[in-house]
Amino acid sequence: MSFKQISQIAGSALAAQTVRMNTVASNLANAQSAAGTPEAAYHARKPVFAALPATDGVGQGSTGMRVQVLDVVQSTEPMRKAYEPDNPLANEQGEVFYPNVSPVAEMTDMMATSRAFEVNIEVLGRVKSMQQSLLKLGE
Amino acid sequence: MSIDFNKAVGIHGEALQLRAERTKILASNIANASTPGYQARDIDFASRLQAATAGDEAGGLALDSGEPQYRVPYAAAQDGNTVEIGVEQAAFSQNALDFQTSLSFANLELKALARAINGQ
Repeated sequence: MSFKQISQIAGSALAAQTVRMNTVASNLANAQSAAGTPEAAYHARKPVFAALPATDGVGQGSTGMRVQVLDVVQSTEPMRKAYEPDNPLANEQGEVFYPNVSPVAEMTDMMATSRAFEVNIEVLGRVKSMQQSLLKLGE
Repeated sequence: MSIDFNKAVGIHGEALQLRAERTKILASNIANASTPGYQARDIDFASRLQAATAGDEAGGLALDSGEPQYRVPYAAAQDGNTVEIGVEQAAFSQNALDFQTSLSFANLELKALARAINGQ
């Protein structure tokens, strides 16, 4: 029986969703941070997930796939330009650059992340009860 | 006459092992619900159980034969991910219940054996 691998798989998903939630929090927190140049402005961050075979430590091939966070990439969307001549950060044209964060997209991402997290917690709970009832076999 | 404990629980031992294997695959699907390009998989329980029991009669264990198959999604996502979380959750919970069922049957077989041993 491979309950250990299942816990590993669900655990890796929890870790990945936590990273994703981290980027969402970071993006939303910095959504209003202006900068003098587009390069200096905050870039929205996104994790890149990849599936990886779960191993049981014996080096055997496995049918289970866990999640791995390959990288956290920065968005290449154009920055939001605003005309704010009173802003101390404004350039000669009186423009400041706001991050390319879309609050709506981040909010939906946040909901998807927390749902995915909950589902994986549910998986862990179910596997735990399966294992516990298996231990009671023959009682 | 000797009692073979491996045979005492009948098909339920193999069913349990297959259910645990399927739990792992379904957990993988759920875990990778937001991984781009991940393709949801599942095993054909009936044919795998048949292969397992046939392997038993032939004297070998055929539990690990047969790769999981890919699920056909109702509507594939643009990033190539074919996990549909509702489908996976339903399959997972059904599978967990089936696991409990197999466990109950195995338990009943063992209890019957205990009764026979005690001469009740």
